[in-house]
Amino acid sequence: MTSALLYDRLQFAFTATFHYLFPQLTMGLALLLLYLRSRALVTDDEHYQQVSDFWTGIFALNFGFGVVTGIPLEFQFGTNWARFSNFAGGVIGQTLAMEGVFAFFLESSFLGILLFRKRFSRRMQWVAALMLFVGSWLSGYFILATNAWMQHPVAYHVGEDGRVFVDSLSELLTNPWLFWQFTHNMTAAVVTASCMIAAVGAYYLLSGQYLPHAKTFLRTGVVAGAIASALMIFPTGHGNAKQVFEHQPVKGAAFEGLFTTERGAGLYLVGQPNLETMTIDNPIEIPNALSFLVYKDLYAKVKGLDAFPRDEWPDNLPLLYYAYHIMAGLGTIFAAIFGLALLSLWRGRLFNMKWLLWLLMLSVPFPYIATSAGWMTAELGRQPWLVYGLLRTADGTSPLVHSGNALFTLIGFLGLYLLLGLLFVFLLGKKIRRGPGSISPQAVSHA
Amino acid sequence: METLWFAVVTLMLAIFIVLDGFDFGVGMVYPFVVRSEAEHRTVLASIGPLWNANEVWLIAAGAVLFFAYPRAYAAGFSGFYLALILVLWLLIFRGLALELRSHVDHALWKQAWDTAFTTASLLLAFVFGAALGNLIRGVPLNRDGYFFVPFWTDFQPGPEPGILDWFTVLLGLTTVSILAFHGANYLAMKTAGALYQRAVSTACVMGWGSAGCTALTVTAVPFVQPSLRLNFAGHPMEYLVPLSGIFALGSSLYLRHRRRDTAAFLTSSAFILLMLASVMFGMYPYILVSTTDPALSLTVFNAATDSYGLTIGFAWFGVGLLLVVAYQSYVYSLFWGKTRSDDAH
Repeated sequence: MTSALLYDRLQFAFTATFHYLFPQLTMGLALLLLYLRSRALVTDDEHYQQVSDFWTGIFALNFGFGVVTGIPLEFQFGTNWARFSNFAGGVIGQTLAMEGVFAFFLESSFLGILLFRKRFSRRMQWVAALMLFVGSWLSGYFILATNAWMQHPVAYHVGEDGRVFVDSLSELLTNPWLFWQFTHNMTAAVVTASCMIAAVGAYYLLSGQYLPHAKTFLRTGVVAGAIASALMIFPTGHGNAKQVFEHQPVKGAAFEGLFTTERGAGLYLVGQPNLETMTIDNPIEIPNALSFLVYKDLYAKVKGLDAFPRDEWPDNLPLLYYAYHIMAGLGTIFAAIFGLALLSLWRGRLFNMKWLLWLLMLSVPFPYIATSAGWMTAELGRQPWLVYGLLRTADGTSPLVHSGNALFTLIGFLGLYLLLGLLFVFLLGKKIRRGPGSISPQAVSHA
Repeated sequence: METLWFAVVTLMLAIFIVLDGFDFGVGMVYPFVVRSEAEHRTVLASIGPLWNANEVWLIAAGAVLFFAYPRAYAAGFSGFYLALILVLWLLIFRGLALELRSHVDHALWKQAWDTAFTTASLLLAFVFGAALGNLIRGVPLNRDGYFFVPFWTDFQPGPEPGILDWFTVLLGLTTVSILAFHGANYLAMKTAGALYQRAVSTACVMGWGSAGCTALTVTAVPFVQPSLRLNFAGHPMEYLVPLSGIFALGSSLYLRHRRRDTAAFLTSSAFILLMLASVMFGMYPYILVSTTDPALSLTVFNAATDSYGLTIGFAWFGVGLLLVVAYQSYVYSLFWGKTRSDDAH
């Protein structure tokens, strides 16, 4: 790999992963906020208004970081991946431009109302929350439509000059790949938001403050989290895995560390892929499980990596294998924790179970790790292709941006995003410490 | 169809410059007009709920350029690599400054973000002006349709130019003065009292600065890019566009001195729109002019996507644009009128 290509890839991977820390909470929280604001509107209950206002504050903070880190992604297709943009612009230009026109304007216009919500009625605040939900989920839809096309190109033809053009916009927007990808991604976003809400609730309850709010947070977070984490595994996670094995079998084999084609292939829970011996070291394996999960047949044949030429293998196999296992492992743990918490909530015991509250409180970082690992699974697994089967990643870079320039900007992004990360954690902590229902200090001084 | 999308992209960019331009301008004149914390808050509240949606016009224009002219997007964005990444960093700082200032009640925190806001607004206005200068002057496109320009070479607009040369620097300064004028006009419209008086006097200074810089730029353009003049010479009616632009600037200055605040702001908006429209008429059909060989230039025809894409795009874009105009004007109407310091969030 030339150093310019390496820096281009690192820069996109880093800026995209860092960016996605924010929209996942935005999208998940947008749904839960819509629920909370609906309750506030219907019941006319001051308690739900306070709960909504508290989470709107965190939503707005998070949204701001999402916006500023999102702009670089839209631009980087052109700056670092010019040959890809030129090649695929005739298709993905559609979805990206639609995102701008339909989602970004909607979100940014109504965010202003939510930020300056003190001037508006509860009904108007509810409308703004609805618009932000629609906008953020639409944005997710168009971006995933773009990514789904890169994973599974449909509705295109190759022009005389070798570039691709869209044949049917409706087929592009209903790419079969997109259905499972969208549902899986969105349920994961709801898990992130549920974890955040439940964790803040658990923190308040354990530290004995804002008790009524804490209980509402926990109830909302646990119920939403239990539903979403179950849906994340089945059917959405399962649906994704099945379509990978159907359309990208080499990626599926790499996920599972399946080096050789087998009948009755097992599922590795733990183990380290060894590229020297082409085996898994220290394996803990469920026999026949992979064959069953993919083909509903304990003895079905699953293609291993040996069935494919080496130059079509994902180029960072161990990282892909770990990313997939971290995602799937954490997903299973979330379902277990939220399932247990839901059961305890139903039995009326959750608020007294200190160890479970501790577990919920400490769970906050893990959905972020799981979603980042999930995207690494999707994107590393697509390698060596940028557009699956059509354009290799090495052929997508900007021809005249040399490694010195790419490294310069990569270092700049690393430094800048370190600062952003620190600022976000500091300000989030401040908002949580201030708590719901209190009035901000500057509002007092100018009242 | 290719021509129509050229008009759409340039119109979106022009709307961006008019709308986000006033909040850039507010950022630049900010340190000159505010004295107290209450005034700081009033100025920021005047753009607080609006700037983000204004900025989306840039993002959406970039995305529409990508969709309609992928070849031009690829060449332009990779060619201006360093300048664009700098723009991204500045947009990040500016966005953070506007979002985060109110979160911590500490003088140093506020001073830091105030400085970031002003610096980023100033530099961005300068870079956008210089970018326009680069488009007018042309770039060294190669046979594959790509180019790369460093920040500067010898500061001459020759065949191997940098992003900054005397011409693009002049355009950068012109843009800074025009947007500062425009922003001060906006502030005058939104404020009252001592703040209003300072906004008006700043606007007057910046207005005369704009007039001077614009005169220099208009004189310089025909020397740097003769094809622009040829385009106008071929269609003399088009001279009406820059002429009415200059008339709009004159009216804006007059109305400014007469303290007709809303009219002054509307005419400075019209001035910006008409000057950018003049550039569009002068450049058409070129998107990126090659300084090495005119035949290598990217035009609206050789850079466009195919006709199905352009046609279907027109259907959804029409619907989308109506929606955008509807709710953006609605949000503007909600925040219309003078801003008070307790409007801050």
